[in-house]
Amino acid sequence: MSHETLAVILFLTFVAGTLAITVWASRNTKDATDFYAGGRSFSGVQNGLAIGGDYMSAASFLGIAGLIALYGYDGFLYSIGFLVAWLVALLLVAELLRNSGRFTMADVLAFRMSPRPVRTAAGVSTIAVSIFYLLAQMVGAGALVALLFGFTSDFAKNATIVLVGALMIIYVTVGGMKGTTWVQIVKAVLLMGGAALVTLLVLGKFGFNLSTLLRDAADQSGKGEAFLEPGLRYATDASGLTGKLDLISLGLALVLGTAGLPHILIRFYTVPTARDARKSVQWGIGIIGVFYLLTLVLGFGAAALVGSDAIREQNSAGNTAAPQLAEEIGKRVLGDAGGTILLAVIAAVAFATILAVVAGLTLASSSSFAHDLYAHVFKRGQVTEREEVRVARIAALVIGAVSIVLGIYAQRLNVAFLVALAFAVAASGNLPALLYSLFWKRFNTSGAVAAIYGGLGSAVFLVAFSPVVSGKETALFTDADFAWFPLENPGIVSIPFGFLCGWLGTVLSKEYNNAKYAEIEVRALTGAGAEGAVHH
Amino acid sequence: MAVEHHPTSTVYERVQQGPDFQELRRRFRAFAFPATAAFLAWYLLYVVLSGWARDFMGTKVVGFINIALIFGLLQFVSTFLIAWQYSRHAERTLDPLADRLRGEVEASAGAAAAAGGGAGEENR
Repeated sequence: MSHETLAVILFLTFVAGTLAITVWASRNTKDATDFYAGGRSFSGVQNGLAIGGDYMSAASFLGIAGLIALYGYDGFLYSIGFLVAWLVALLLVAELLRNSGRFTMADVLAFRMSPRPVRTAAGVSTIAVSIFYLLAQMVGAGALVALLFGFTSDFAKNATIVLVGALMIIYVTVGGMKGTTWVQIVKAVLLMGGAALVTLLVLGKFGFNLSTLLRDAADQSGKGEAFLEPGLRYATDASGLTGKLDLISLGLALVLGTAGLPHILIRFYTVPTARDARKSVQWGIGIIGVFYLLTLVLGFGAAALVGSDAIREQNSAGNTAAPQLAEEIGKRVLGDAGGTILLAVIAAVAFATILAVVAGLTLASSSSFAHDLYAHVFKRGQVTEREEVRVARIAALVIGAVSIVLGIYAQRLNVAFLVALAFAVAASGNLPALLYSLFWKRFNTSGAVAAIYGGLGSAVFLVAFSPVVSGKETALFTDADFAWFPLENPGIVSIPFGFLCGWLGTVLSKEYNNAKYAEIEVRALTGAGAEGAVHH
Repeated sequence: MAVEHHPTSTVYERVQQGPDFQELRRRFRAFAFPATAAFLAWYLLYVVLSGWARDFMGTKVVGFINIALIFGLLQFVSTFLIAWQYSRHAERTLDPLADRLRGEVEASAGAAAAAGGGAGEENR
């Protein structure tokens, strides 16, 4: 049997299993709390795994392993930012959000401010961030199928995008948060298992000596010891000061963006208490941290055993480094059949990874549309829970359909920058609004609206005029050049700008509600009045 | 659900001004704020060194393991340590006080305003 056939069989098994779970979950999805927050009945450990499943995208699995395989040390910079970011969520956001909100990020903002403007702003930002991220994942899925299963035709790529889109729509509309969470838990276990297995085999190959692995990786890379040092990918010597500032800008967006990503924030609502939210972030940190340590070995292992040339030959961005390594190490340790099996396993896991992440993004954006925009802005709260959930399901269908169409259209474009843009918007707009809301007594409606639109607007604006959109061979539009902003990552400008807008908007408005701040502060820190788990 | 339900009650203001809550907030911020400042500074130091101090980062320590790798791994260690320390801090010094205050708020706010899980039940 070829690895393609086996991978397809494994992947279909995953799909069948998760669909069964989704149908089961739908029977326990009765009201809005079930649909949006999984009945708040997940344990800290379960939610910790789901956080891992939601967060470890194909970009971080295949992308970071590939970056390390091709550029060595610099790929590691990414993983560190992605991990450290969770401390912002743990220390400043998770528990307070769980205590003071219900279903969406906007709940926290609307608590003490004029609900319609802040829900509109938060809804727009949530949907924008989720669609940016979603689109990058969808296009990635189309590219992956060619690499992993050998289907190179446009038809196969488009069919894959349609399949991924259809599955995510089913997970979300049928299973709601419960179904989506279980898909993410299963995926997290499979991904950790697959990555750990390949890592162990690789380390065994080098006698569990990290230094030997690094030596061989440096030798095979053709770059020598520079491969083990920063500077081959980011802030290269040729890029000068611009490159260094770009590196800091990227680092800021990574570390501050996570705690503002809507699909991450809604995960904190799925547990019964703030204490469980704390516990789930700690589990998440443990799982994600271990995972990035595994990708470090995978990346250097791929450089040492597969070699940069062989990796570049398959995919110039290095996205196939992890699957290629799985095949190589399987072959060396277990013979040809071993190579086929391991490659198939990793390919199937990579697809499971995409599905779990896109489902989380679809849920976050459709929840925000139904709960924030439809129920509270359009209908001014005059809507039944039933109808709200019905709208959320329809929104998931529409958002899924739109991202399928955009994904197919964007297939030939280089949209990898969209993930970084999503992090930048989350860090520049959502995070300031959330933090001010939770910690600043004086903060008000105009401050929240200014922070979100200011952060979102400046990040999108700067990226539009950056080298990732035009003026470079690898840009979105290769035959135009309207880039005047020198950095690829807007964070170093847009994050302070978002915080500044929030401050300025606040002090320019006289609105000020001491009683409401007292209420949200007491609730956030003590858990008074917070909703518990739902028992049916 | 019908309305934005944020039952306003002066009980929150009274609790907020009380010594117990002031102490809870002080304890929470005394850990969360300095820890955030510390890990952000530590992380930015790492990023800045990666950009500006290549020679230093490339210094080999043991075999092919250099300072850059150790520095990166230390970011993992510090993240795990802060997460662990925070949970100890929260369980010992925040949770008991928070529970007591929660009880007080919910008792005096009455069933309509903030009974346990009350906010959600209103909508069913």
